[in-house]
Amino acid sequence: MATVSLKKLTKRYGNMEIVHGIDLDIADREFIALVGPSGCGKSTTLRMIAGLEDISGGTIDIGGRVVNDLPPRSRNISMVFQSYALYPHMTVRENLGFSLKIAGAAKDDMDRRVAEASAILGLDELLERRPSQLSGGQRQRVAMGRAIVRDPDVFLFDEPLSNLDAKLRTQMRTEIKKLHAKVKSTVIYVTHDQVEAMTLADRIVIMRSGYIEQVGTPDEVFSRPATHFVAGFIGSPPMNLHEATVSDGKLVFSGGDSLPLPGQFKSNTAAGDKVVFGIRPDDFYPTGHGLSSGGETEVHRVELPVSITEPLGNETLVFAEFNGADWVSRMLNPKPLKAGDRIGMSFDLSRAHLFSAETGKSLRN
Amino acid sequence: MDENASARLMRRALTVAHRVGLFLAMLLICMPGIWIVLSSLRPTVEIMAKPPVWIPQQLSFDAYVAMFSGIGKGGIPVLDYFRNSLIISVTSTVIAVAIGMAGGYAFARYRFRGKSGMFLGLMLTRTVPGIAMSLPLFFVYARLGIIDTHFGMILAYVALNIPFTIWLIDGFFRQVPKDLAEAAQIDGCTRWQAFWQVEFPLARPGIASAGIFAFLTCWNEFALASQLTRSVNSKTLPVGLLDYTAEFTIDWRGMCALAVVMIIPALTLTYIVQKHLVGGLTSGAVKG
Repeated sequence: MATVSLKKLTKRYGNMEIVHGIDLDIADREFIALVGPSGCGKSTTLRMIAGLEDISGGTIDIGGRVVNDLPPRSRNISMVFQSYALYPHMTVRENLGFSLKIAGAAKDDMDRRVAEASAILGLDELLERRPSQLSGGQRQRVAMGRAIVRDPDVFLFDEPLSNLDAKLRTQMRTEIKKLHAKVKSTVIYVTHDQVEAMTLADRIVIMRSGYIEQVGTPDEVFSRPATHFVAGFIGSPPMNLHEATVSDGKLVFSGGDSLPLPGQFKSNTAAGDKVVFGIRPDDFYPTGHGLSSGGETEVHRVELPVSITEPLGNETLVFAEFNGADWVSRMLNPKPLKAGDRIGMSFDLSRAHLFSAETGKSLRN
Repeated sequence: MDENASARLMRRALTVAHRVGLFLAMLLICMPGIWIVLSSLRPTVEIMAKPPVWIPQQLSFDAYVAMFSGIGKGGIPVLDYFRNSLIISVTSTVIAVAIGMAGGYAFARYRFRGKSGMFLGLMLTRTVPGIAMSLPLFFVYARLGIIDTHFGMILAYVALNIPFTIWLIDGFFRQVPKDLAEAAQIDGCTRWQAFWQVEFPLARPGIASAGIFAFLTCWNEFALASQLTRSVNSKTLPVGLLDYTAEFTIDWRGMCALAVVMIIPALTLTYIVQKHLVGGLTSGAVKG
């Protein structure tokens, strides 16, 4: 049973506060991803949970036990580092068995557990090699193996895939997911890559400047972003976000163009409110080429000039000019387009987002 | 001749020229050493001959036999000197490396007030020539009554070597990624275990080279030792060389023989330790 609970967790370096009293409850066997841009405090939070950084305030509770001042070795955690941090002077077998050796495990117990981990990760061929003789992906697997051998309550991953090339990253992502299904431990996974967070995690914690912006399932943070920041951070290509003023049932943009005020926000806005309008590329598409073409409830159609296109084979990203800016749209069943063409575009306003320009918070009920 | 054949010939000629050049350079570098060994085996007449006799006419081990023959028979207390040199060099090297490890680790891993100033201060002590300190040291030592003692020499050499060992070992600890010590702590090590199990083995080449440098400095040092030692109680081998000078004569052959006796242990030690000097052990620890 390994729940993790952070209460008012704070980190200060001198006078500078890096993490501002965050609260987070992680269930047993849950896969949680901490995601956010560089410097948002996600790695610091992870290192505080690991015991590699002192905490300046609040409490950390692992499996019902407050571990604030315990050294890393007493927290029953294991961690996979971004740099892998394999011991270069030891073979793969010694790397895997190191924690057991330190703990004074019996030789046959050690051999058995190393063999188990090596079987799970397919390291059998590599056991007598040294880290310098391994490829990036193999080193990554050894690092994970070293974490598994300890049989910890909680696995911590600190951007484990960011040193791998794109293809290997996708492959290792799948392996991590399979691994979690097998070992069934609580996992806290730090990444700056929202795709990793979305694909792996049960719940995603989006952090920014030392605060938690939103905690939710991948679907929640994608479909119902709590703030302007989350809306822009999650999703690829990112959501179109543009400032506007509410006026007489319309959203008037700075360039003078306007859109009807989406129905679900009518009761939450008043004329003169400054807002940020957001719409995902999936919900703004060349008419007839959208996901929900035909089934929309509140569609606004307008003819716009194409500025550039990015064909991806199965779909094309079309940048259409509206209100003096390029708005990205996703065109399914693409047909050839060239810059300067004028095409009919649909805004699926029932799926649009509106945020307060002042607080950044969603205006959805 | 086609282009490829001439290019091949050119490359071979260059390789040969390269090797000949290297051989000549090595010969030049090794000449003083070779000359010392040769001179220790030749009669003084031949050593002093003008023009020089390049090829030895007769070789003998007389100088070595005489050296160990005891006082009055042309001998000097070489075993005493050797023992003194060994005690002083080994002890001061061990202390300097131990302090260098602690200091180097601290400079490499911790942030503290006045760190860069302290580091600069350590380096500045290296700019003072050792001989310039001999007079002040002599007065202080005379007051403390530690002239002509092992302790006094060890103290001087430890002080001389520490800045250098700290500087060298600091550089090697910096190359050991911090992640490794953290990974070891998560794997169940205390800070102390993490140091000995992971960081120390990886910095060993640096520590070994610091040890060699410190040892050779002590082993070969003459200026301070000549001031601070008096008798067989503490005289080291380099000072012992002076025993071959008399009022009007210098026994060059005997001096060279003693120099050879001095060189052999230093050479042996360097040879033994050199296999620990293999760098690049940290490769593969982290991405790269």
